[in-house]
Amino acid sequence: MTGQDALLDAPWVTIVWNDPVNLMNYVTYVFQRVFGYAKPKAEKLMLDVHHKGKAVVSSGTREAMERDAETLHGYGLWATVSHDS
Amino acid sequence: MSWGNDWFSAGQDAGDDEEGMQVAASFRPVPGGAAAFFEQAQAGVIRSLVSQIAELVSADSTAADSGVDSGDLEAQLGLSSHARLPDDPVLARLLPDGYADDPAASAEFRRYTEETLRSGKIASAQTVLSSLPPGGGPVRLSEPECQQWLRALNDVRLALSVRLGITEDDQDMPERLPADDPRAAYVWVYQWLAYLQDSLIEALS
Repeated sequence: MTGQDALLDAPWVTIVWNDPVNLMNYVTYVFQRVFGYAKPKAEKLMLDVHHKGKAVVSSGTREAMERDAETLHGYGLWATVSHDS
Repeated sequence: MSWGNDWFSAGQDAGDDEEGMQVAASFRPVPGGAAAFFEQAQAGVIRSLVSQIAELVSADSTAADSGVDSGDLEAQLGLSSHARLPDDPVLARLLPDGYADDPAASAEFRRYTEETLRSGKIASAQTVLSSLPPGGGPVRLSEPECQQWLRALNDVRLALSVRLGITEDDQDMPERLPADDPRAAYVWVYQWLAYLQDSLIEALS
């Protein structure tokens, strides 16, 4: 699937918000474990959250994004589902 | 977010007192998991805080409200009767909304996920309580136990951060609270738990 196709098929996103508590290496670890991302990608997402206040960490169907948010809440990360408009 | 190590090095001197926590426990990797040694005082602090999280999370759950014998259909189906963010700020941080600006969608999300989230947090707390002896001593964790410890330590740190009023990244806490503030003792505990959690992540990496 090309990036363009993935975007059209995936109008929903999971957003992780920055908070002052979660450790940087913990957030990176959670992204690797939950999404199976390689460490460089997980670290880049973690730094996006840290510096920009939030980052899109996954995209897909609404149901899949709600599952991702639920999983991230289990790890204590502050995640929300949003329609990517 | 924050750096676990920096905070600890800043807080180590402050914690060097008669509390008996001069040597901060930390995890090291061992085959199949991680291991650490806890003094009795350290084990007591962790057990107390983890127990408080478990009590808080189970206190007003739908299951606790109605019980499985009450015939409450929602409780039997594992659905939450809660539709709103909890009033208690600690609970609100542990059980956050699933949508940033859609109360109706958040309510529906909460209805289907909150009880699972609560029971997951209780299970993590129970893993810590069953693997950490009240008198302290050596603790050796399997990989699944490490995962539960990570979540439980994180929940405790989230709860402490709300009580301590931590709102900024890498906030310099020791200078914020006067020595006679009853929360001052928890500043060092908060930093030590960050160091402990950091060591557990490193042991797993």
